[in-house]
Order: sequence, then structure tokens, then C-alpha cells
Amino acid sequence: MKSLEDLKKMREEAKKRVELREGGKDYRVVVGMATCGIAAGARPVLNALVEETARGDYNCTITQTGCIGMCTLEPIVEVYDKNGDKTTYCHVNPEKAVEILRQHIKKGEIVTQYTVAAYQK
Amino acid sequence: MERLQVLVCAGTGCSSSNSAEIVTRLNEALVKYGLEKEVKVIKTGCFGLCQKGPIMAIHPDKVFYCHVKPEDAEEIVAEHFLKGRPVRRLELTDIDEATKEKIFDIDQIRFYAKQKRIALQNCGVINPEEIAEYIAKDGYLALGKALTEMTPQQVIDEIKKSGLRGRGGGGFSTGVKWQFAADQPKGDKYVICNADEGDPGAFMDRSILEGDPHAVLEAMAIAGYAIGANHGYIYIRAEYPIAVERLQIAINQAKELGLLGENILGCGFDFDLEIRLGAGAFVCGEETALIQSIEGKRGMPVPKPPFPAVSGVWGKPTIINNVETLANVAQIILKGSDWFAAIGTEKSKGTKVFALGGKIVNTGLVEIPMGTTLREVIYEIGGGCPNGKNFKAVQTGGPSGGCLTEEHLDTPIDFDNLVALGSMMGSGGMIVLDEDNCMVDVARFYMDFIVDESCGKCSPCRIGTKRMLEILTDLCEGRGTMDMLDELEDLAYKIKDTALCGLGQTAPNPVLSTMRLFREEYIAHARDHRCPAGVCKKLLTYSIDPDKCRKCSLCARNCPVEAIHGVVGQQPYVIDTAKCIKCGACISNCRFGAVERK
Repeated sequence: MKSLEDLKKMREEAKKRVELREGGKDYRVVVGMATCGIAAGARPVLNALVEETARGDYNCTITQTGCIGMCTLEPIVEVYDKNGDKTTYCHVNPEKAVEILRQHIKKGEIVTQYTVAAYQK
Repeated sequence: MERLQVLVCAGTGCSSSNSAEIVTRLNEALVKYGLEKEVKVIKTGCFGLCQKGPIMAIHPDKVFYCHVKPEDAEEIVAEHFLKGRPVRRLELTDIDEATKEKIFDIDQIRFYAKQKRIALQNCGVINPEEIAEYIAKDGYLALGKALTEMTPQQVIDEIKKSGLRGRGGGGFSTGVKWQFAADQPKGDKYVICNADEGDPGAFMDRSILEGDPHAVLEAMAIAGYAIGANHGYIYIRAEYPIAVERLQIAINQAKELGLLGENILGCGFDFDLEIRLGAGAFVCGEETALIQSIEGKRGMPVPKPPFPAVSGVWGKPTIINNVETLANVAQIILKGSDWFAAIGTEKSKGTKVFALGGKIVNTGLVEIPMGTTLREVIYEIGGGCPNGKNFKAVQTGGPSGGCLTEEHLDTPIDFDNLVALGSMMGSGGMIVLDEDNCMVDVARFYMDFIVDESCGKCSPCRIGTKRMLEILTDLCEGRGTMDMLDELEDLAYKIKDTALCGLGQTAPNPVLSTMRLFREEYIAHARDHRCPAGVCKKLLTYSIDPDKCRKCSLCARNCPVEAIHGVVGQQPYVIDTAKCIKCGACISNCRFGAVERK
């Protein structure tokens, strides 16, 4: 390392390693990962979410939870905003998951057609 | 892709309860469930809640597990990491006072809610063996800022303005100390980090070095730049093997990246560091003795002046700062003296780390803003005395300090308040005593420690403390007289006035403080040969009340020395006081309260 700029460059790189521990994000994306969720394909959904957030700059954390109770609607992805308000998406697949990130997390627009409310209409 | 990070405490406390095995088992289970690419297990420093160790934190879920055993590893992986169901029985919880409901949110748990972490900010957050993680947390940026934007004098001014005072005991202004050394003529100068933590029960310096070693290295380099020194020593005791190992790793990594060594960050400043191991002598925490030890001589204090800032190691100007003091430096440079000076009280700025121990529910490491009251620390953070026992006193400042009682609990903690109450901040040991502690016995414990650790150079300390210990032992063993109390006090003041170094001068403090606050206990020992707390064995007799005895023989069967005789169902049991070793086994086994201890 030859200069302060080198140090700052290294810091930007290193930040990615500790990002998961920081918290303080606007959104929390939760994937149902109980047996019902995994059987319905929640694992690829989770992986897609994790990979997409690693690629782009998303203001959210990706976590998992157990059975939410609506097993027929799995894979289920819930998005909590910073006020604690929740949006529940159902029958999510990896493509839909990425779309949710790009539209909901990036732009703050709910992807209405994938929500449980839309499905149950 | 990594989606979960598991931080397992690898400090001394959790390591001794097998946290290394937990890491191994977690990694095995991760492979078994095919999650090794998604979940990363990281060894980190102390979380502070040592009582509940081994501890691990799972991010980004913000789940904390405590008392984890190696056999829990697979369940954690299968349930939590795979299926997203945190293992509730292991989760760290607290009870909400108002609603009586369980709290799982780490930020609301009282142990952490009242704390403010500056010196400990990275402990339990980063992997101390990875310099990249320290750099990610703005590590070495303060050094960079000092070297590129500030003159050495500006660095010293910033530290002075922050109001930072030495965390090792005395509370001397860090900035003023640096100024003394900087004002010496140019030439070889040295920076020493005093990591010879020796107070019984104190372990904050060890935890900082284990959890965030780079913070100390960075601060030493900044100090070197400020006073014009190019060489530093870390004086640490060999009995801290984990800290020593992590420090060495940290030094190697920093040298490899060019953050230590020659021409740091291309700014033309050289700074090199080496570790010096101490053999674990308490007196070597005294700065002049420490310097002697570094030079390879016997660790004994020498008279001051000259002060080390004028003539220290190898006769050159030297500054000696304690680990915790240094752990604040980088953040003061980075965030500014105003930020630091806004925390704490008028004359004691910032935070202080305390090692909470003794009769307290949450044994561990806490960092609080100066000015927090003892009550908040002991009851809200510490959780009070266990088993519903009554609080009696808290000992601060170790063998140089004294006790504080119930009436002092609402005093804001800072350097000057504690001294005014007859104790001192010391390095930050805080040992809580309850109704079962005998204060004469406590004083004897500290005096025993001092007699052991006295270097023997000056007679007040070498002979005087020995005499004090003899008197205290007489008091505890039933040979006391009232005259002894006067003699004890007389000796105490003479040692205070005439001992050579700080250790000897403060050695009588625990005795004087307990004599002042608990004189009635001393009188009970001296005049009545009685120990009110029931601790001093030689002053106790055990007997069985024949009216209460149900002749069940439980006491006799549990007596390890067969000192209790009787006949089951027929004759009440009697204790042979000549044989009795006063272990108390009969009391704890009797179901009818028939055994009495006086």
C-alpha cells in the first residue's frame, strides 16, 4: 500500500465482507424456508435474491424464516419496510424474486401482480 | 453466495468453554447440509456477556445464541441456517419489566442497551485475524488522516482537546503526556503500550487486544507520529497467549500492507513495533518497572523524576499508554475531539470499560459513558446479585482501590468522583460483593496479593505490607485485639507516605477503605472474635439444635470427615468441633434447619 488512496480503495473492497453485519437497511426481505417452502422451490429463490443483492447496490437484508402458514402459496417472500409494514409475495420463482428486488427495493414500487392479495382475487 | 455470517466468540472466556470446538462442528454440519458456500463462520472477539458464553451472533438475522455447546451446532445449522427457524432455547433473551414478556431484540436487552461501545466497538463484530475487516470498519484511516492532513502538533492538540485521560489507573491527560515527549529534543523516542494488565478480575485490555488488535497498533503509530517516535513496544504478559498470537498476526499483516514499517502510506513516516513479553509480575504494570523489564533488567520501579517522557526506555523520551486509552485514539482523530468530548462528564470524557465480576448475574465486559451511575451498571446492566442476596459493596480499582457501598450507588462514575469517595477508577475491575462476603477477608485477599507481588525494593512495601497481612490474618483467625486496628491504620498511612512507587503507595487502600466503611466488622473480628458474614472459618462453630434434629443422619452421611455422630431415629446428632473442618456440608444437607453456624 503506497498511499491513502490505496487504503481507501481497499476499504471499499473490504466493506462487502462485513456488510451483512451492519444492519440499518431500509428493507428486510424474508424468505419462507420451512419444509413446505423448500419443497416448493424456496432455495433457488433465496439464492437468486442473495446473488442479485451482491451484484447490485440494494438497500436491504435477505433473511429467512420458518413456515408462515400459507403452505400452498409457497415459495413466499415477505418485504418489510422501515416502518415495519409488510408486503407478502407468493409463488415466487428466481425471476420474480429479481424483479421484486429491482422494482420494490430499488424504486419503492410494490410489484402488485405477485402479491398474495392479487393472487387471491 | 454468502448470505449468513456466524460470528463465534473466540476470546479467552468463550475459548475456555470450548468455542473452538463449536466452530469445527458448525463447519462440519454446514458441509453435511450443503450450506458451506452460503454460511460463513467467523471467529471474533469478546461480546462482553462472558457469563453466558460461548456466545455467537448470526447476521443479518441479528440472532444471538448463548451457552452454546458443541452438540448444538448441528441443530443450529439444520433448523436455523437451513429452515430459517432460530433455535429459541439458545437465544439470548431478557424480560421486559413492564409487560413481563420475553425480549429477543439485542438492542433492547438491558445488558447492551445502556452501553456505549467506543474502545470495544469492533469486539465481537470483526475477525481480529483479518486486517481487511478492520480496514472495512475505517481502520487505519485515522493514521492516514493524521499523516496527510495534520501536523504532529495538531494531533496532540486534538487529543488534548478531546479530554482523553489514561485508562490504566491514574487518569493523567493523554494529550499532555504526549506533549511532554514531543517537546523533548529530536532523536530516538519510543511509544509503549502497557498491556500488563494485572488487577485481579480485570480483563478489558486482554479483550481489546484479542478482539481488535489493529486499533491499538494504529493508535501507537499515530502516537509515534505525534511525538516523533519511530519505534514502539507492546509490553504484554505471556499468560495472555491468545492476545499475544493475535497481536503478532496483526503486526505481520500491517507490515505486509505497509501500514507499519518504512514510509507508511508514502508519507515518509517510519514506525515499527515489537512485542515484549512480561512474566506476569504485577509491579511491571508500573511504568518505570515496565521500562526496566523491557530493557532486560529486573522489573523494579525507579524514582521519578525523571519521568519517562524525558528519560524512558534506553534513556530516551518515551510515552506509555494503556491498551484501552489507545483504543480510543483512532476514533478521536477520525471523528474529532468535539465528538469525544461530548460524551461523559465535565472532567472525565468518553467511556470506560469495566470488567464486572464477583457476585453479579451478568459477569462480563461492559463499556459505559462516564457519568453512568454505579446503580445502572450493577443493577440494569449487571442484573444485580444472584440468588436474591443483598448487595453489600463494590470494589473498584483492584489492589490500589477501595470499596463503595449502597449509599454511593447513585454517584456518577468518573475519575474524580471515585477518588473523592475513597476508591479509584483503576484499570476498571469492578467486583461486586454481597452479604456473604466478609470485608476483613476481602481486605486480606488484596493484601495477600500485594505481599506476593511486592518487588521488595523499598522496605515500606516489602516489610510493611507483610506486617499488615499478618495482622489481617490474626483478625481472621481469632487472634485479634482492638489494638491491632490502630496498628493496622498506623502502618497503612506510613506505607502510603513512604513507599517508592504507586503500587506501594496505594497498597493499603483496600484496608483503609473497608476499615472506614465496615468498622463494625473489624471490631467484631478483633474484640468478639466473630465473623458476621460467616466467612472466616476459624471464627465459626457449627452445632446441631437437638430439638430441631429429626435424627435422619443426612448430615452425618454427608460429613467428609466423619465429625458428626448420633443414632438414626434414636439419638439427635452432635458435631465434634475438634474434628469439624467447617465446610458447611451439614448445613446445606439438613432439611430441617437444625444445623447452626455462629
